[in-house]
Amino acid sequence: MKSIIQNIPGKTVLLMGNEAIARGALEAGVKVCAAYPGNPSSEIIGTLAQVADEMGLHVEWSVNEKVALEVAAAASFAGLRGLCAMKQNGLNVASDFLLNLNLTGCRGGLVLVVADDPAGVSSSNEEDSRIFAKLGDLPLLEPAHFQEAKEMTTFAFEISEQLGLPVLIRSVTRVSHARGNVCLDELPQSSHRPGFETNRPLTAFPALPHHKILHEKFNRAKQIVEASPFNIYRGPEKPELMVFTCGSGWMYSLEAVISLNAQDRVGILKLGTTWPLPENLVTQHLRQADRILFLEEVDPFLENNVKEIYAQNCLTLGLKAFFGKTSGHVPDIGELHPENVLRAIQSIMNISYEPRPSDYAARAREAAAELIPDRALGFCAGCPHRSTYWAIKVALALDGRDGIVLGDIGCYSLGIGPSGFGQMKTLHAMGSGTGLACGFGQLNHFGLNQPVIAVCGDSTFYHAAMPALANAHYNGANFLLLLLDNSATAMTGFQPHPGTGETATGKEAPVIDLKAICEVFGARVEVVDPFDVEATVKTLLNLLQDEKGVRVLILKRECALLSAKHQRRLFRVEVDQKRCLGETCGCNRLCTRLFKCPGLMWDKSAGKARIDEAICTGCGVCAEICPASAIRKEKI
Amino acid sequence: MFIPKDPFNVIVGGVGGQGNVLASQILGEMLIIQGYVITIGETYGASQRGGAVMSHLRISAKDQFSPLIPEGKCDLLVALEPVEGLRILAHYGNPGVITLLNLRPIHPIDVISGDIVYPELSQVIAKIKELSRQVWALNATEVALEIGDPIFSNIVMLGALNAIEVLPIHRRGFESVIVDLFPSRTLNENLMAFDKGREVVQKIH
Repeated sequence: MKSIIQNIPGKTVLLMGNEAIARGALEAGVKVCAAYPGNPSSEIIGTLAQVADEMGLHVEWSVNEKVALEVAAAASFAGLRGLCAMKQNGLNVASDFLLNLNLTGCRGGLVLVVADDPAGVSSSNEEDSRIFAKLGDLPLLEPAHFQEAKEMTTFAFEISEQLGLPVLIRSVTRVSHARGNVCLDELPQSSHRPGFETNRPLTAFPALPHHKILHEKFNRAKQIVEASPFNIYRGPEKPELMVFTCGSGWMYSLEAVISLNAQDRVGILKLGTTWPLPENLVTQHLRQADRILFLEEVDPFLENNVKEIYAQNCLTLGLKAFFGKTSGHVPDIGELHPENVLRAIQSIMNISYEPRPSDYAARAREAAAELIPDRALGFCAGCPHRSTYWAIKVALALDGRDGIVLGDIGCYSLGIGPSGFGQMKTLHAMGSGTGLACGFGQLNHFGLNQPVIAVCGDSTFYHAAMPALANAHYNGANFLLLLLDNSATAMTGFQPHPGTGETATGKEAPVIDLKAICEVFGARVEVVDPFDVEATVKTLLNLLQDEKGVRVLILKRECALLSAKHQRRLFRVEVDQKRCLGETCGCNRLCTRLFKCPGLMWDKSAGKARIDEAICTGCGVCAEICPASAIRKEKI
Repeated sequence: MFIPKDPFNVIVGGVGGQGNVLASQILGEMLIIQGYVITIGETYGASQRGGAVMSHLRISAKDQFSPLIPEGKCDLLVALEPVEGLRILAHYGNPGVITLLNLRPIHPIDVISGDIVYPELSQVIAKIKELSRQVWALNATEVALEIGDPIFSNIVMLGALNAIEVLPIHRRGFESVIVDLFPSRTLNENLMAFDKGREVVQKIH
């Protein structure tokens, strides 16, 4: 795995886009790296954490993205190079600091990588983070492939130092979470000693002079980007259609133009420096064609900014037809992919194209429609969240007052769907379940008579729910907070956090105890094992009916994927075929129809439940819920 | 041995948790040491939790291609699960595609709950055969369970892939990649899984 620190210039290795960014930072001599994990950005800092000791770096998982950016900025203020990485939602959290940091500027190179998740494949939202570069007058780079991801990162450190400004790199899923060839350059030897020049303070206030300096720096950035090698044109001198693209759109466009056999009719300008834009280069390419198509992911950022440049120069440029998200030629939601890119070019150029014989395509689609079942997302076999939501469902039914479950971000977000029995009713930002509970927990004054429950994961709690819990106690909100403590940041790949006793680099760390924090914040706190369904339901009911301020129930059970790595299964589980009454039981297939653990199967020929030994993790929870006691668990 | 066309497009598909991302990464590493330009598109995140997962591998002697294979352009399909194989052919298949198929179904939660049915396996296999130029089928999960853990199904499939001789990959290349990627204690099990996969396919032949 350590190919990332091979010091063999010229060697080609297979790297994930995120690893290429990490390698670029190493080649730039980065010293301090910080992030809060979030897909598709997590492997940037994860990769650096693995080599931190060998490379003499400080690498940390910070509690949230704002703190992470502050940690990396401190290194820069003291003259070292700092890297911070996050997903799009993370930049919302970090933006308060970022939009003051632009005014003070920085000293050592400071690079902020934001990996956007177009289509929200592993996110609650779809968001284009590039707007923050425009908002803060900060330089923005967008890599289109793996080699460029590495080179751009190194370049970003250089211009950051040159301008005294943090530089943003915007990646997307298809760059960050894809792999490709990367040719290595040299790893530097550097031992710069940090120091903060106390006679040169960095304060955003007073704003106006600093805003003026920022604009001067931004104007210098405009000159730098004009000559950037990351802006490439491929195509004829005077194409019939000029494609403006960036990021993932580059390789899709290249292939589409070849598939349509339109290499001598369509030109592609790939921009790596998307804010500020190279105005001269853009104008020059606008001049070469009358029809312009924009291909980019999420918002029409490039599209609108190029149109601004066009508006300034329209008298000399003449009439143009613009195509893109605004015209409807490119979808305005979701990812770019080879098909929608090809279709956009095809429809504008009026070229016919058949990817495969049409009778084959028809047969293939027909077979799919006839035979393929949907595959909904769900909790893993043996996931503690499944039993937690089961207990919530049972307790709320027993309580009978139509309780409201407020949630947020993590694996437990799947509580909105069938495998969490549809229990979670709100889903927004990190920690917002607890924040919303602070508000719902006041509405009893107006006659709300539904009990209020917030669910929150352990990592999410440290990230954003702690202030909400302090708020709850201070303002006397009335709710029950369920902390789903699975000892991991599971959704993003099991990164450690302040509750796990381990740092990003695998060193021992003090455990910041969830129970102790909640007690300090004035809550009544209970702890249960969600695999003990009976005790969990009982405690839940008791806490629901207590109704004095904020109560906390910690549901402590390690993530099943983590357990599988270091521990044998707890139980051998089997369905006693004699005791399972099958269709005649009256439970109406409670274990499979309602509980829906992937480790269970309904054996159609026998008309009874069965355990799928390839999937069951031996948690034994189904044995507790079977009304006929037909599922047996035996301790291993 | 060379790649049959350029770019040569491979899809490794299955269900989250079956290790298809890892299988495609191993395959990519085996090819890059032979000088090929590789792009792998991976699906991550929520896909870990029971969803349909695909990895796209583009293999070229000269150019870097995008991480997504265009519609109808899959040359080789490695399906770790039957209906997932069919799902992939529906969009990426063409009359020339070669399919290597693991016969062991994994039921979606809506099948477990009885809300929908999993189709008859024989029907799925028949359709896959109809939509492929050639199909190699084996129960890789069963072979992996014999080794001691279903987790090795993906490696069994890589061994099978080696045996069908479509890609320029070798056992020694596999071994060197495994040594680099995994803790040494799993080396023997991985090699055993690879060899078993080869044997099973050689028997079909």
